[in-house]
Amino acid sequence: MSLSKIKFDKKIVLSFWIILIALIIAAPTLLPVFRLNLLGRYLSLSIVALGVDLIWGYTGLLSLGQGIFFALGGYCAAMYLQITSSSEFPNNIPEFFALYGVEKLPFFWGPFRSPVFTFFAIWIIPALVAGLIGFLVFRNRIKGVYFSILTQASLLVFFNFFNGQQKLINGTNGLKTDVTQLFGQMVGSESMQRIFFWITAILVIAAWFFAKWVVKGRFGNILIGIRDDEPRVRFTGYNPVIFKTIIFSIAGGLAGISGALYTVQSGIVSPQFMTVPFSIEMVIWVAVGGRGTLLGAILGAVFINYAKSLVSEALPASWMFIQGGLFILVVTALPEGVLGWIQGDGPRNLLQRFGLKRKIETYPSLEVTNKEGNNE
Amino acid sequence: MELLLDSLFNGVAIGSVLLVAALGLAIVFGLMGVINLAHGELMMLGAYTTYVTQLIFKLPILKPFYNSYIIVSIFLAFIVSGVVGILLEKTIIRKLYGSPLETLLATWGVSLILQQFVRSVPLAYGTGLVISLLIGLFLPTTFPSKIKESINFKYFKFSSWIFAALTGVLTGSLISSSVSKLSRASARNVDVTAPSWMRGQVEIIGTAFPKTRLMIIVITLISVIAITLFLNQSAWGMRIRAVTQNRQMSDCLGISTEKVDIITFGIGSGLAGVAGVAVSLLGSVGPNVGGNYIVGCFMVVVLGGVGNLLGTVLASFGIGIMTDLIGAGRLLSIWPDMPLPLTNTINFFATTSMARVMIFALIVIFLQFKPTGLFPQKGRMVEN
Repeated sequence: MSLSKIKFDKKIVLSFWIILIALIIAAPTLLPVFRLNLLGRYLSLSIVALGVDLIWGYTGLLSLGQGIFFALGGYCAAMYLQITSSSEFPNNIPEFFALYGVEKLPFFWGPFRSPVFTFFAIWIIPALVAGLIGFLVFRNRIKGVYFSILTQASLLVFFNFFNGQQKLINGTNGLKTDVTQLFGQMVGSESMQRIFFWITAILVIAAWFFAKWVVKGRFGNILIGIRDDEPRVRFTGYNPVIFKTIIFSIAGGLAGISGALYTVQSGIVSPQFMTVPFSIEMVIWVAVGGRGTLLGAILGAVFINYAKSLVSEALPASWMFIQGGLFILVVTALPEGVLGWIQGDGPRNLLQRFGLKRKIETYPSLEVTNKEGNNE
Repeated sequence: MELLLDSLFNGVAIGSVLLVAALGLAIVFGLMGVINLAHGELMMLGAYTTYVTQLIFKLPILKPFYNSYIIVSIFLAFIVSGVVGILLEKTIIRKLYGSPLETLLATWGVSLILQQFVRSVPLAYGTGLVISLLIGLFLPTTFPSKIKESINFKYFKFSSWIFAALTGVLTGSLISSSVSKLSRASARNVDVTAPSWMRGQVEIIGTAFPKTRLMIIVITLISVIAITLFLNQSAWGMRIRAVTQNRQMSDCLGISTEKVDIITFGIGSGLAGVAGVAVSLLGSVGPNVGGNYIVGCFMVVVLGGVGNLLGTVLASFGIGIMTDLIGAGRLLSIWPDMPLPLTNTINFFATTSMARVMIFALIVIFLQFKPTGLFPQKGRMVEN
């Protein structure tokens, strides 16, 4: 996959950033709260898509279980919110415990009283779980489809666990966050949602830069090496296990942040975040946007989710057909995704097909284009 | 003793559903390295086939044979799922050989489409569509070789597709006019009622076993024996085994790997249909019925390793028996006075969902020692 990347002018890049920042600042006043909330949610989903792009687009590991880490981050945030706003309930514990006759707080809820602990737990716990799962799997050189199946199975295991434990974390019903208090404000209130939107937008940009930094340089080269020819990387003296574990836990951490942001904006975290379809959807956002292009992951997540909400409002039954078709289409016809197609030779090939541009006779990468656009 | 027998039977019953469902998956995975995420939906098609067959056998003409509908539906389910599988192979999977992860995503797309198809298309017309696919795909292969080799073969093929489409529409509307339940699309779950001879229980050595469970064990047994015979005794079976072992070498020796792929995929999908019949006997049938079993099947394939049916058999019965042992908390009744912490642990895991958690943990531990399953394929390759 040779991507001849388009180099942009500095001025264009600068104006792009100015417009983007202006949009982010202006969005909360321009959009109605409902749409703003949706946009905020989709932006938070784009963080998990960045993680998927890191492990799948760059390292070649197709994880079908990112929902685990997404939900773990969400649960961490929700547990903190529930426990800090539980003072008016009996025994000073969240309300739902009374339904199951639980009087003492389960031990693992304790640390979540502290905001500092929660702040770190949101990304460290998913990263640690991902690192552990990853290490156990990669250590045995389990890869390819086997890895995908195992991540899917572990997703199901986590789903079963969270779904069945009413007395610990409210099981199927999940933890509600929109009626809880944060710094004296209702989480579900309009002003809080606006702040969450800004936090999300800033974090998306931060995550983007972080991901760019990760794939840059030698570390990124090794990731791509693992994707393209893992045995050769091993024979060159690198240990792929370490790199794969690190990148998988980075993706897990990103998923955790994303899950926490999504939870506070959607108002609930439940085991539904760990269902199999949701985790596979994350992969399709990246696939449509363009794997191996970080911006593609962000755009894919936002646009596909936006399309999903639009289509589901108009024709609820047809979304499944469209989604299924997207999976097949992207994989068979557009393996590099939309952004990868644009950055690659896609537009030129399209123009050639309609006779608008002369066909290049030489090998494309050797081609020298002069100012007039003639190739000879 | 009675308890042990009961536990063993339950385990074998759970395991045999897993086995018949995972059998097709294991063969396809062994041959092509392709994991078919639409396998569960092919099972669902088999289950719906059972439902449709049942309703058609309630028509006055077929009423006298009503009791045998389940036997007929096994064959029909095999054909229906097999045809859909062959179509899938011909249109999508063939393009994606060598990129298993992409195949995974594409088959997931197929599974979404199949699920929504069952929800929003009346079953009668769905049946019609399958019939036209069946005719369109297989009628051209029955033509005499003189026609096949002639230059106008594509026109013959085209006209056979037109014939197929007409037949499909005709049967579809015929069924929809005669069976009112099939003429409307519905997303609700449907129920398959077992014929009278399969209801009730059988008593063996003082323990009562439900007949449907026994029937499933029999279906599994027959499928496994048939597949073993096919793979080991027939010429095509030998070719399949050859391609599984070494694709390039078999290709060099003149085996048509393309045909082998189609046949294997068709058989694997057909077995999913048979599994669907078994599943329809256990509970209600809905668009999501396959999803409940598919991850279990994957675990069987991972645990059993590829290229050896014995591994699949042992893995599914192992998982089945362990599910029953853990999920029903049977260790407690076998050994009642164990220390308290152990009792608490066992009680904690004594539900179906927690048993799955435990089994997955056990499988991951097992894979630490044998990463390629019970019976790994031997070979001297860098990649395995």
